[in-house]
Formats: sequence, C-alpha cells, structure tokens
Amino acid sequence: MTPKRKRKLTLIVLLVLSVGTATALALYAFQQTGSLLYFYRPSQVYAGEAPQGRMFRIGGLVVDGSVKREADGLTVRFELTDNAATIPLVYTGLLPDLFREGQGIVAHGRLGEDGLFRAEEVLAKHDENYMPPEVTESLKAAGNKHPAYVPQGKP
Amino acid sequence: MIPEIGQFALSIALCLALLQGVMPLAGAQLGRSDWMAVAQPAARGQFLFVVIAFGCLTYAFIVHDFTVLYVWQNSNTALPLHYRISAVWGGHEGSLLLWALVLTAWTFAVTLFSRSLPAEFRARVIAVMGLVSIGMLLFMLATSNPFERVFPAPAEGRDLNPLLQDPGLVVHPPMLYMGYVGMSVAFAFAIAALLGGHLDAAWARWSRPWVTAAWVFLTIGIMLGSWWAYHELGWGGWWFWDPVENASFMPWLVGTALIHSLAVTEKRGAFKNWTVLLAILAFSLSLLGTFLVRSGVLVSVHAFANDPARGIYILMFLTVVVGGSLLLYAWRAPRVGSGGTFEPISRETALLVNNILLVVAAATILLGTLYPLFLDALGLGKISVGPPYFAAVFVPLMLPLVFLIGVGPLARWKQARIGELAYRLRFVLIAAIALGMLVPLTVAGMNTILVAVGITLGAWATISAIVNLAAYVQRAHRPWPRALAGIPRGIYGMTCAHLGIGVFIVGVTLTSAFEVERELRMAPGDATELAGFAFQFHGVRQVEGPNYMARQGRFEVTREGEAVATLRPEKRIYRVQTSPMTDAAIDSSFFRDLYVALGEPLDRGAWGVRLYYKPFVQWLWLGPLMMALGGLLAASDRRYRVTARQHAGLRGDAASVPTSTAPSPGGA
Repeated sequence: MTPKRKRKLTLIVLLVLSVGTATALALYAFQQTGSLLYFYRPSQVYAGEAPQGRMFRIGGLVVDGSVKREADGLTVRFELTDNAATIPLVYTGLLPDLFREGQGIVAHGRLGEDGLFRAEEVLAKHDENYMPPEVTESLKAAGNKHPAYVPQGKP
Repeated sequence: MIPEIGQFALSIALCLALLQGVMPLAGAQLGRSDWMAVAQPAARGQFLFVVIAFGCLTYAFIVHDFTVLYVWQNSNTALPLHYRISAVWGGHEGSLLLWALVLTAWTFAVTLFSRSLPAEFRARVIAVMGLVSIGMLLFMLATSNPFERVFPAPAEGRDLNPLLQDPGLVVHPPMLYMGYVGMSVAFAFAIAALLGGHLDAAWARWSRPWVTAAWVFLTIGIMLGSWWAYHELGWGGWWFWDPVENASFMPWLVGTALIHSLAVTEKRGAFKNWTVLLAILAFSLSLLGTFLVRSGVLVSVHAFANDPARGIYILMFLTVVVGGSLLLYAWRAPRVGSGGTFEPISRETALLVNNILLVVAAATILLGTLYPLFLDALGLGKISVGPPYFAAVFVPLMLPLVFLIGVGPLARWKQARIGELAYRLRFVLIAAIALGMLVPLTVAGMNTILVAVGITLGAWATISAIVNLAAYVQRAHRPWPRALAGIPRGIYGMTCAHLGIGVFIVGVTLTSAFEVERELRMAPGDATELAGFAFQFHGVRQVEGPNYMARQGRFEVTREGEAVATLRPEKRIYRVQTSPMTDAAIDSSFFRDLYVALGEPLDRGAWGVRLYYKPFVQWLWLGPLMMALGGLLAASDRRYRVTARQHAGLRGDAASVPTSTAPSPGGA
C-alpha cells in the first residue's frame, strides 16, 4: 500500500469506529432514566395520556390556595392546573425561589396509581415576567388566552 | 441627545463595515491594492464608532437615563454603579452591542498584529470579519436597537434581574463573548485561505496564537459561568447540561480540536483541509450558541422572554454564514490539499484521534441539545433531554482522550513505536493505577469503581504531563536549570493545560462521589452534623442592601468543638422586582467547601435549609484556570513573535525557529 492509501485507510477505520461508538453510546444514553422526558399538560394527565410509573414532566399554574405544607416542613402538597384539569402533586425538599401560588412551574417526577404526581424536581423560572413556554402553550391548548400572563410591555 | 449619538455611531459603523467587507475582498480578487488598503482604516474606524456607541449606552446607564427603553428595563436608581455598568450587557440588546464591540475589537487587534501578512491575505481576513460585522450590526439596528426611546420618561427603572446582580456576571459574558467572537478570527483566516487557494505551515503559525487566545477566553468564560451557577443559583450544582451551557461548550470542544490540529498543520503540513473545516465549525457553533441563547427557542435558566422575529433573523444569518462557508469549502478545499504522510502509529494519528473524539463529543452534545427542537418542530411531542443522556455519552468518549494526553506528546511525528511508548510510560501507568486503587480504599465510600477510574485518569493525565516535560529536559543534554529555561513556552503551556485537565478530573470525581447534601427544617438553636462538621443555626435577622432587604441566617460551623466558620446565607427581596433570591453562604478551602442556602421560612422562626459538604469542588475551577494559563503561555510563545517580525510567507522557515514540539529530529 502507498503511504497515502495507508493514511486514508487509517482515517476511514478511525471514522467508522468513532461514529459507530458514538451512535451506540447515544442510543444507550437515550435509554437511561431521565434522559428523555416527555411533557404533559394537566388535562392530558387527567385524560390518562401520561404513562404511569415512568418519569415525565408536567407544567401548569400552581392553584391558588392549594399549597399545603406537612409537619416536617419540607413536604409540600399542591395542585397544578391548565385551567381545564387539575392534578395533585407532592414534593419533598426546598422549593425554588419563584415558586408561588398562581405562578407557572414545571415539575419532573412520576405519576402514581392514586393519581398523585410525585415530583422529584420542581422548576420555576428566574424572571418574574417569564412563563415557561410549555406552560404558556399548555394554557393556550386548554383554551385560555394568556391567563395570568402579561407579556412585558412599555409602561 | 447622547443616545442619538450612540445610534448614529452604530449606523456609521455599519457603513464602515460594508466598506470593510466588500472593497478589500474585491481588491484582493482584482489585484487592486488601493481597494485592499481600505481594510485597515475601515476596520479601525468601525471599532472607534462601536466604542462610541457602547460608551453612550454605558453613560445612559450611569446617569439613569430612563428615557432609553433598554435602560429603563434593566436599571434602577438604587442599583450600585458596578452593576449599572454590567447591566449594559444584562439584557438582549446590550449583549448584542457587546458582541459587536468584541468583534470590532478583535478586528482592530488583527489590524495591529498582522503587518507581516501578505497584503492580499490580510485584506481578505479583515474583509471576512467585516462581513460578519455587517450581519451583527444590521441585526441590532433592525430588530434590537439598544437606544430605543420611551415616552413619557418613567421616573424609575425596573431594575436589573436580581440573578444578574453578582460579581460573576460582571465578567462572565464579556469573557464568553471574547471567546465566541474570537473564533471569528480563525474563521476569517480559514475563509481567506480558501479564497486565496493557498494554505501552508505559515498560515497555521499565524492562526495559532489567535485561536489559542480565543480559546483561553472561552475557557475562562465557561469556568466563570459554572462558578456563578454554583454560588448563585443555590442548588450547589456546577454544570447542568443546560442547552445554553452546551451552546458554549460545543465551540470549546471544537476549538480544542482546532488547537491540536493546527499543531499538526504547522509542524507537519498535514490535516490542512480538516483544520480549515474545524475553524469554520468552531465559529459556526459560536453563532449557533448566540442563536440558541438569543432566540428564546430553548427552555433553560438563561431563557428570558424573547422575540421570535430575532430568532428568525439569526437563523437566516446562521444559514448564510454556515452554508456559504461550507459551500466555499466544498469548492476550494481540494485545492488546498491535505499534505503530509504518516504511519498509523504516530503523533499525527494520536492527534487525529483526539480531533475525532472531540468533534464526535461535540456532535453528540449538539444532538442532545437540538433533538427537542426538532421533535417539537415536527409536532412529535415535547421532550427534554436530561443530564443522564449527556453523562452517558460524554464521559465514555473522554476516557480514550485522557489516555491520549499521556501518549500523544511522547509519540514521535510520522512514525512512533508502541514498544518505546509503553516503555516510557510504564511507571506512569503503574503509579496512576496504584493511586486509583488506593484512594477508594483509604476513603471508604460509595461509587468506588467510578472513583478508581476517575482518580486513575486524573493521575495519568497529571503524571504523564510531568514525565513529558522531563523528557524535554533529558533530551536537552544540559544541566536541568538551563534545560528548563531552554524549553519553549508552548511546551510549558501544553504541560500546564494537561495538568489542569488532571486536576479537573480529580475534582469532578471526588466532588460527585463524596459530596453530602441534606435538606432539612432547622429552628433557631438546632444543630446537625454533616460529614464531621456540626452546623448550628442561630436564627435570622433583617439586613438591608443598597436595593434589597434580606433575612440573613447565621450558622456556626464547628469540627470536634473547634470553630471552623460562620456562614451567613441570605434570602433577599429586591425592592423593584420583588422576587425572592437565595444567596448561599460558602466557606471555601482547597480541599472542601461548606455550603448553606436558606429555603423558605417555616413556622416559629424555623427555616427550610440546604446544607452541602463538597470535597475538592474548588478543583473544578482550578483545573480550567490552569488550562487557560497554559493557553496564555502557548499563545505568547516566542516563535510567533519571531515569525511576525520576519517576512512571513516563506514555507521552509520552520527550521529557523525552535521546532521543539518535535521530540525527535524526525520533525521537520
């Protein structure tokens, strides 16, 4: 083999190897828990479209007056709504700074057979005027016109 | 009046950018030196006018000119001066202005330090940067004018987002942008080479210091972002595989690959095509990063309310730049040739594998970052790709890369022998594995296999970097102080950066394996123990900042009865944007951090509290700092300055400068 061909062969072997490895890794990685999280609206969850026992994300508005804290001070129960259906959630741990009633949030977790969503992580965004896009869309999909959401405007 | 001057200055800058982008390019094509001569004054003039615009906006912030919409949105009379200045890039419009400023500053630097380049090549480089600048300035003037006025003038501003009122944010964006935009220099060099159809070792030598400098800024920018997230977000995390973090990490990975492939192009004349492609990719990914952050298509901690029209503009700009440059590449690259031959076992191959691994890693991250966007666009449901994906893909790809850190620098160019490499590295391997076994044994804990692998890799990178330096001393056949002095800075830079990787790996391994986290309810007087440290809570009191009220907790930390630290975490309420903000208190030391964050107030003076013990977490930032220092050393290597003074463009002049990265006479 000429040196040039040899080099080309090396290059091709390396490329095939690395691309193959990367594809295998990516396929494997997509199967890890928490790698791919689907998003569901409360009304989809209510309609039984969300899987039970598998991690997914849910987003909506925290229902006014629904936040209840248990005696340990860290377990919080609240309800999430898209103004079409309401789902109860429970979460143990510190809530983010911007978690408030009426605020749009997104939670990761699993849905139990009892219909209670056990959140492992609760996210609220770091801008008081900001609504997670999923929440805005889920509210729109449920037939609301920008409820509780005033876009930034001039004074 | 001042804001109008700023806007006018931007318009003039755009006109100059047009001149700078078109005339020299046409001149270089037609051989008209008078047209090519336009490049330098136009670039310098553009820099001047963008500086004026930037100064005008800064001035509007300093004097609280709330008639400017952007100032009104991002400032307040109670905001301290240093945050008023950093607020200039705290929002969308201002950060674009910073982008433009950084771009013209890099161009200005190119006009200063490129006198020795051939006239045509220089004209083309500056013109390409002018073309990029046209895109950015048009974007700003058309969709995101920072000088837009508001009538009637509001009395008070809406304040800077509290999250951004932090020392980390004063420096993080400028550093990151210096890195992002710095890649445009490499890009311009690559495009100019493609246009000229002429690419040689001298080209690589001109490009190297620029690429390395941009890479240093990018490294520091990413490191500062991570540090900011760690101490500001109150979650104790330092990397979230957040789309915006990925957006800065992908150009870094490709930039790292570029640095290494430029070494081959300079020393051996090989990989030419590939190097050019990497330069195009690195800048394209930087632009993509800007697009992802600024268009609001991503859900992330950085995604603030945004305007879709801007996203479409950036997407078009991106398509033109990436599509245009790849077309040019496809058309002209065969002329450039790939050059240089080598055997399958050689330093070239080691660096080739390094490049492939880095680019593949960047590609898998790109896949994970864009996958949700594609699915959403196709209406296949909303998903998010989480950290487990990135960890499962990225870490295995990095294992062979770290192994190569030890092998590559010791391998000879052109042809190396496995036996010799194994012989030289046998003790390094034994020492690394021994350390990898020893650490999990002495410190009993979970994840012992991961710890063993991590420590082994960290030790391998560190020790082999030192052994490699020692090999240079040995080869010099001189007493070691003189031998050390004779080693070029580039080698020290490489050693330092590789040591930094070792430090970083050890830090990541130990932090993730041995950190202890606890969330609990604490009433005043309560104490709890965490990793041998006793934390006692002494209640909270009201404190007042310049533009916020805060409840400040006091925690006395003791170890075996001896005082270690007093930590005062705060829960702040900013007066204007009444959202609460957590300000964690951290006691840092070389081997561990103690971290306390306040959650919410509960009944009877009790608080929800988050405590962390984080061993070796500072190493996560020490490592990248060492990499950046290594980059600085390499970029300031004497041979770049020497060749800058000589007349450049000579192909064979590599012999006249120290080619000491070649360990064997087989080099040049």
